[in-house]
Amino acid sequence: MTPMLQVANLRKSFGGVVATDDVNLDVIKGEIHGIIGPNGAGKTTLISQLSGALKPDAGAITLAGKDITHTPAYKRARLGITRSFQITSLVMEMTVLDNIALAVQAQDGTSFRFVKPAHKISHIREKATEYLRQVGLRRRANDLTSSLSHGEHRQMEIALALASEAELMLLDEPMAGLGPEESKNLTEFLLKLKGSRTILLIEHDMDAVFALADRISVLVYGRVIATGPADEIRNNRDVRNAYLGEE
Amino acid sequence: MGKITKIGWVTAIGMVALAVLPPFFLMTGQAFYLDLATRLVILAIAAVSLNLILGFGGMVSFGHAAFIGLGAYAVGIPAHHATWGGFDLIASYNGLLHLALAIGISALFALITGAISLRTKGVYFIMITMAFGQMAFFLFQSLDVYNGDDGLTIDVRSELPWINLDEPLQLYGLAYVSLVVAMLLTRMIVNSRFGMVLQGAKGNDERMVTLGFNTYFYRLTAYVISGAMCGYSGFLLGNFTTFISPDMMHWTRSGELMFMVILGGASTMFGPVLGSSVFILVEELFSHFTVFWHLPFGLMLIGVVLFIRGGLMGLFKGKRG
Repeated sequence: MTPMLQVANLRKSFGGVVATDDVNLDVIKGEIHGIIGPNGAGKTTLISQLSGALKPDAGAITLAGKDITHTPAYKRARLGITRSFQITSLVMEMTVLDNIALAVQAQDGTSFRFVKPAHKISHIREKATEYLRQVGLRRRANDLTSSLSHGEHRQMEIALALASEAELMLLDEPMAGLGPEESKNLTEFLLKLKGSRTILLIEHDMDAVFALADRISVLVYGRVIATGPADEIRNNRDVRNAYLGEE
Repeated sequence: MGKITKIGWVTAIGMVALAVLPPFFLMTGQAFYLDLATRLVILAIAAVSLNLILGFGGMVSFGHAAFIGLGAYAVGIPAHHATWGGFDLIASYNGLLHLALAIGISALFALITGAISLRTKGVYFIMITMAFGQMAFFLFQSLDVYNGDDGLTIDVRSELPWINLDEPLQLYGLAYVSLVVAMLLTRMIVNSRFGMVLQGAKGNDERMVTLGFNTYFYRLTAYVISGAMCGYSGFLLGNFTTFISPDMMHWTRSGELMFMVILGGASTMFGPVLGSSVFILVEELFSHFTVFWHLPFGLMLIGVVLFIRGGLMGLFKGKRG
């Protein structure tokens, strides 16, 4: 079985700091692949290279057999990769619905149109509204994004990832800053997605990761020190030493 | 929806005033004020064009006056050759040719300089657009054929079908209608799907790229539209002043355009028009008393930026969601 995403010998350093040190990683179609690791392990740097925001120094990234190492970020989005951001990244001065509608519009491929008002393109607005309903933000559709709470912003991040209809979703700490209840809800929501999308999930919330992930890779100092099924990782001695801590 | 907002009222009153007052001045024998209004309206078109990229696209262009100059020289150079001979290819008084040249050359200049400038962001973008503007300025300053620094007098205005630009009222009418069209065009573009991407890229470029938009390309398109529109205002200005010089392209002129947009209120439809109105009126008023008429502008801008969000139009903003 060929993996959906293949990362081979990826390297990235900032000055003297090696953020990604010879990373090899496979993500299989349909799985939720968790990435855990202490702060500063290079998790976000890895995602940024996969999404195209950062250029790796060396190594290769392959998506469904196609080398995308040097493909610009906006083209990767069209090839079916999307990412969410650890630090919320939305268009704050637009309404919630407008944000999601832009994602739908990107999929629709009709953005180079100058005449008809965007608000009157009903199939785009309806689709965007549907995604908002899925994440439970429908009643906030016409509010200004900046007026929403942190938790709601996190929900918007998920709605955008859904709306971009990407087969591969790179989720960068979607639970960051959420309360226990909200985390639980989001975990359940992602569980429902399982199988229909492939997800690379970076997360600090261990309960969430072990509840969701089929396989987990452990990143420490830019290196993958272990990859395997969730149970195996939980019991791996090196991982416990490096990250989970002795019990 | 349905109900007219405060901003809507201000826009309507302002535009009606611009339509009614100048002809009234002419009829009461105060032709000078019609002149003032013509200059105001023409500069307002330039400000509206700048607002498309500055207000809605977040591109702070500090070289926009270059387009005014290019548009004006697109009238002056063919007219010059038609009068004095040479350069048969373009030597003509034909207004439609002037118009095509003004818009075409401005769009081309915008495409080339924009393609380079838009690789940078923030302060660098400001500096590089200013540098391109100054390049155009120095180029025309060094062109002795067209009197360099001393500028060019246009002896015969562009000849257009139906309209006689030698008639001040007709020229004003053309400028006014052009302003209305420029505003409507801007509104259409801004509200379209293209406009949503442009505004999204202004608000959060990273997000828009992640969604799959090549934001560079969208910005460049807006930049070219804006440049062409500004070139058109130069076509009108050349015909209005009948004297053109490289000074029209100087970076201080670009600064004045920016001033108008920001003072009036960027990313509103009427803001640039209000800004250029205040600019022209204050300049007229104060230049009677003192040569330091720039001083009140500086103070005014500081006041507006510090105390009113969104320029003078910000004063009329209600509690809109």
